[in-house]
Amino acid sequence: MSDQYIGADILIKALLDNGIDTIFGYPGGAVLPIYDELFKQNKLRHILVRHEQAAAHAAEGYARSTGKIGALLVTSGPGATNTITGLTDAMLDSIPIICITGQVPSALIGTDAFQEADTIGLTRSCTKHNYLVKDVNAIEKTVHESVMIATTGRPGPVLIDIPKDILNRKASYKKLTKVDRPSYKPYQIYKEHNVAAIEEAVELIMKAKKPVFYTGGGVINSGQEAAKLLTELVDFTGFPITSTLMGLGGYTSGDEKFLGMLGMHGTYEANMAMAECDVMINVGARFDDRITGRTDKFSLASKKIHVDIDDSSINKNIDVDIKLVGDAKDIVKQLLFSLKKRDTSKLKDNTKKWWKTISDWRKADSLGFQQEGELIKPQFAIQSLYEQTNKLSPIIGTDVGQHQMWAAQYFKFSSPNKWLTSGGLGTMGYGMPACMGAQIANPDALVCCVSGEASIQMNIQELSTIKQYRLPVKIFILNNGYMGMVRQWQELFHGDRYSESYMDALPDFVKLAESYGIKGIRCDKSEDLQDKIKEMIDYQGPVVFDCIVDPRENVYPMIPAGAAHYEIELGPDHKQDIELDKNRV
Amino acid sequence: MTELNTEDRHVISVVVDNEFGALARVVSLFSARGYNIETLSVAVIDSQDNLSRMTITTYGSQEVIDLIIKLLHRLVAVHDVTDLTNSGPFLEKECALIKVSINEKNKDEVLRIAHTQKAKLLNHTNDYMIFELTDGFSRIRAFISLLEPYGILETSRTGYAALPL
Repeated sequence: MSDQYIGADILIKALLDNGIDTIFGYPGGAVLPIYDELFKQNKLRHILVRHEQAAAHAAEGYARSTGKIGALLVTSGPGATNTITGLTDAMLDSIPIICITGQVPSALIGTDAFQEADTIGLTRSCTKHNYLVKDVNAIEKTVHESVMIATTGRPGPVLIDIPKDILNRKASYKKLTKVDRPSYKPYQIYKEHNVAAIEEAVELIMKAKKPVFYTGGGVINSGQEAAKLLTELVDFTGFPITSTLMGLGGYTSGDEKFLGMLGMHGTYEANMAMAECDVMINVGARFDDRITGRTDKFSLASKKIHVDIDDSSINKNIDVDIKLVGDAKDIVKQLLFSLKKRDTSKLKDNTKKWWKTISDWRKADSLGFQQEGELIKPQFAIQSLYEQTNKLSPIIGTDVGQHQMWAAQYFKFSSPNKWLTSGGLGTMGYGMPACMGAQIANPDALVCCVSGEASIQMNIQELSTIKQYRLPVKIFILNNGYMGMVRQWQELFHGDRYSESYMDALPDFVKLAESYGIKGIRCDKSEDLQDKIKEMIDYQGPVVFDCIVDPRENVYPMIPAGAAHYEIELGPDHKQDIELDKNRV
Repeated sequence: MTELNTEDRHVISVVVDNEFGALARVVSLFSARGYNIETLSVAVIDSQDNLSRMTITTYGSQEVIDLIIKLLHRLVAVHDVTDLTNSGPFLEKECALIKVSINEKNKDEVLRIAHTQKAKLLNHTNDYMIFELTDGFSRIRAFISLLEPYGILETSRTGYAALPL
């Protein structure tokens, strides 16, 4: 008889054999057998968070910044329910994470036992797949299968729920190398269909007079090679490119052909290009409502090509003309291959007039702002942070709200895996734990969390984790004393009635940081900003930077929810510049 | 042969791994979009490979049904999905057990109806008869409406099983 191991030990072995060497977690009764085994070994590193939600976001940050799978381990009941926001976040943003939850002993399941929750039922709709392991012999295979499911096709969260008695039972470890799940077919079935569709897509590209690439998180998930191939395709065609919030970093933002982010708070030129284009090439984006605005007015004149790994994203919100189901890097490679076989000498000439139109739109300078006086404009704070950190190729995480949009607008990313943000779910409290995960995975990188004074308080307890593991994360808080985006909508759409959006009784963030043994810096004067940002970057450990900014600033440009692209509004100083264009459309 | 009379009715056949949770995942794709499942039948069809077939009938616009079918394909435990309604001719059968109230005066009439509809009498007392009818969508509906005037006490239906022709 081969060597026998308890389930908890098999779990750890299987995680390690899948290349998982770091796990974020929080102990509790049902997972004590796993924690006992963790104690006895030193290959799987455990990072103790202060709240299970943070473990999920940390695993997301780890995954997003490396392209690898992230892992977390929590106990039954409240441990499991606390991860639900993080799992949903990973589901919506297609982030590969594996979540191990303890469960009450098999015999107690369904009896309302202490710390029992129906974890499988609760997480069914926020996981790509989940398992309740009822046999110790199934643990190893389940871990392998989970990693395969989480990381292939459209990535996402997978959860494994293991009752405590199963963790203590013994079985052999088979050292599986391959798992087979015949029913799981991520996208292979579409390969044949694509052959003809690629040629049709290239025909459209060849004839396009007003084309635009619209790229998203699928490029990031597809990996560095996808970003490289996309860059090659964009350079080869000379077409303009815009990106969603999730896609930033898929193409070099500083490049002339990059129009900036599109969507509700995207640039004027990006949104106008989407509205007026004749061929739209969507690579790995999903026509989210924050991108399309009003769908019955969405880019009416264009032929649309949609590249997506998930067939269910195609024709869901917007009907497209050509669908290409597959991994972004494969499809982009095929497009390039087919394109290069043709006479493309006129390709760049075709779009000369279009580029002239775009350069006129660019004159609107839709991200322009005026920093005057002592009070710091939030845009100026982000711009300054970008300028001072850019050469260090930082990893930037955000929470959710105005600061997130300003970070997306003013940071220019030139490679994938540098931008961590909660795009789909819009989870306040995501930023700091995600940055912890990224810093663990990239110990030498400059990791900076751009946050707001409201968002940061949603997972403020993680300062303790940052301190414990000496993670030199820089937490840059744009403090305007309001839930800024809520305040902005109340100003614009609810008659200035600022219902419950004022952040009263704020802590002194500098003293708060200091109470954790973390350096705190406050800046409330524009002339001090550059020096203080430098002080933050130069400091070796973690820093909480309380940046007091103008509370009246709103994020512009803005396409109001449910409006069309050409109804985009620029800031108060810009309004007149675009009257003509509006009339033209 | 199929006898549809409602354009929005769809018969969807799903082959899944026979494991707990598979049914719940399939059903929640419908319920999460506010779609009601009219009938559902599930049974093992291949004990060696441990596969079950779910046959689902539902009403919905083609766009939403198309999306649900794509989402069904996405489920890990799902092997195959077919919208039978849109893939050529198919055959569907349902078994209905109907307990109908009778009395001395009308019991022959009820029996005659059952006979013309090819329903089987399974059980009867002085007060009721239980019929079994295994048939297609509209035949079962027709039989039920013929019995309704006599007073239907209880009904139990299996939901449709269907195969393409």
